[in-house]
Amino acid sequence: MQITSPSFKDNARQAMADADLQRALGNVEKGFINKRAKAVAKLPEFEDLRDSARDIKNHTLAHLDLYLEHYEKKVTEAGGKVHWAADAEEARKIILDICKSVDAKRITKGKSMISEEIALNAALEASGHEVSETDLGEYIIQLRGEHPSHIIAPAIHVNKDQVEADFRRVHDKLPPERNLEAPESLLAEARGILREKFLSADVGITGANFLVAETGSSIIVTNEGNGDLTQILPRVHIVTASLEKIVPTLEDVSQILRVLARSATGQEFSVYTTLSTGPKRAEDPDGPEEYHVVLLDNGRSSMIGTEFQDMLRCIRCGACMNHCPVYHSIGGHAYGWVYPGPMGSVLTPSLIGVDKGGQLPNASTFCGRCESVCPMRIPLPKMMRHWREREFERHLSPATTRWGLSAWAYAAKRPKLYKMITRLGAMALNLASRNKGALRWWPLAGGWTKYRDLPAPQGKTFQQMWAEQKKAARS
Amino acid sequence: MSSRETILATIRRSLHASPGDRTRAASVASRLADAPAGVIPARGQLPDDKRIKLFAKMLEDVSATVERLADAGDLPERLADFLKSHNLPPQIVCGEDELLAGLPWKKAKTLDVKTGRADGTETAGLSHAFGGVAETGTLMLLSGPANPTTVNFLPDTHVVVIRAEDIGSDYESVFARLREAYGKGNMPRTVNLITGASRSADIEQTLLLGAHGPRRLHVMIVG
Repeated sequence: MQITSPSFKDNARQAMADADLQRALGNVEKGFINKRAKAVAKLPEFEDLRDSARDIKNHTLAHLDLYLEHYEKKVTEAGGKVHWAADAEEARKIILDICKSVDAKRITKGKSMISEEIALNAALEASGHEVSETDLGEYIIQLRGEHPSHIIAPAIHVNKDQVEADFRRVHDKLPPERNLEAPESLLAEARGILREKFLSADVGITGANFLVAETGSSIIVTNEGNGDLTQILPRVHIVTASLEKIVPTLEDVSQILRVLARSATGQEFSVYTTLSTGPKRAEDPDGPEEYHVVLLDNGRSSMIGTEFQDMLRCIRCGACMNHCPVYHSIGGHAYGWVYPGPMGSVLTPSLIGVDKGGQLPNASTFCGRCESVCPMRIPLPKMMRHWREREFERHLSPATTRWGLSAWAYAAKRPKLYKMITRLGAMALNLASRNKGALRWWPLAGGWTKYRDLPAPQGKTFQQMWAEQKKAARS
Repeated sequence: MSSRETILATIRRSLHASPGDRTRAASVASRLADAPAGVIPARGQLPDDKRIKLFAKMLEDVSATVERLADAGDLPERLADFLKSHNLPPQIVCGEDELLAGLPWKKAKTLDVKTGRADGTETAGLSHAFGGVAETGTLMLLSGPANPTTVNFLPDTHVVVIRAEDIGSDYESVFARLREAYGKGNMPRTVNLITGASRSADIEQTLLLGAHGPRRLHVMIVG
């Protein structure tokens, strides 16, 4: 997919002017925040489970090479095959080769962000395969020729009337007079159409929420059951997963599953949590004959040992974006690549480079809500700050920002000068506001004053008051 | 160098780990062998009867229906009644499960029982769960000839039979039983943890039942 992260500011401006999008974004807060809070309140051990989940992933990342080797051994023992892919291109090639080897025509897909990351659909279609996304949200955006705007609710930016229009346009063999007003009728129509695809598919491709080293199992967590129909009906099941999805044991995954659904949708547990191990056994009446896991690196192995390693704990629950005031205002597409919201602001520069994704970590007020709800306790604001530092070091930030920061740094290193400037500044602002405490305009502050008044200091600077207090305390 | 070797080498370099480091290998081996349990919520740690009640309540909270049978022998008739009360045809598909095969199906004369996998034409499927988790009202079903996975997903109505004594407090205790049954580190092809009927909230965050899997989940607890 085309990367538009470098034009983030323009994307954001457009998103805020898009009335349909703004209406749809209302559902983010409505749909997620209260539900999560209620689910968390019902489980007294939730905070302890967050610690436990964090520790499990830290241990796993510290021994990642060994767990991956054990995982591969178990998959092979169960009759499956692990394919290692260094980058997106290699992953696409592996999958295309498997599809070719079984002469696949129809391919069904469960939801997978790795598939988005490697731009798999375009590659499969270019090779003449018929590809059907089967998650309802993914199906809707496939019809619209779009990409997900949220990692667990891919069509959150679309309104019901838009879905109806898309269904009427694409499902043109159905009677045009049919009533699609109720969301139930839209769901039923998609169910009917996708049921045929499930039953006639040659290859099913799913993602993985977890890979279990102990057993060589891949795990998908869904509510619709589409991922299950994708993987049990076709002859071949291909799993796309990035290598940090691994956890050691069934006990470890049980810990993390307890925080996943609650953080994501506010459910106690998702409807379907499915563990798949190898292809069907000789005596099994159903299931795939071949089982492949495409294990993607794509830059992750180089994040280990850096200040961004903690990001590899992410379980893609979406809680950070559900609670992010920036995401609420602009939605997911403005971020310009696969991963939006706070987790995207940290991960995107790691995967596509800070030169392209460097604007994203700047789209934060550092309010800290993302970190406060992250089930894996990932310090997202801290890592966004690291990216800002790197962006500055590499001279990627705009000249005005760099000039301003340099000027500030010069003064900040000289306390006397700093005190003088702040004192004069406070006086000037107060005078200009005529003691009213707010300014409607100020030179170079147009970006602020265009939308709101600039507060003007009413008294002394903080340093003056601090010095006076200390003096008073001494006497 | 293959991608496999490149990736593993990059990870080891990033971790400053040498391939022959015995401490790291021992740490991984012991975790895989011992599989330490972490934080287990108190919610499901209840005596038998209360645990079964919690299991039923959690399932009802996610729009499943639950009935309890003292005697498995009553199951065919109760199942026929259930299908009738929902205006469903008296037909069911199920695998070769021992418990299901041993039921007195003659008691429900009108009921047509088809054995084998589901193919999408059946209206109702019947499965025997390997276990249950009281903590969240979760069923564990295992693939195989006894309970084919297609039965869990293709029919519109899914009826699951579970023995009361197979309902555990937490996921860990049911996974422990699975390990005993299949041997450490081995698994059936598919393990389904099912908590309610299929659903989606992808259209404007409105929750709707019956997305791609069953629209209705009915659980019969025996004993």
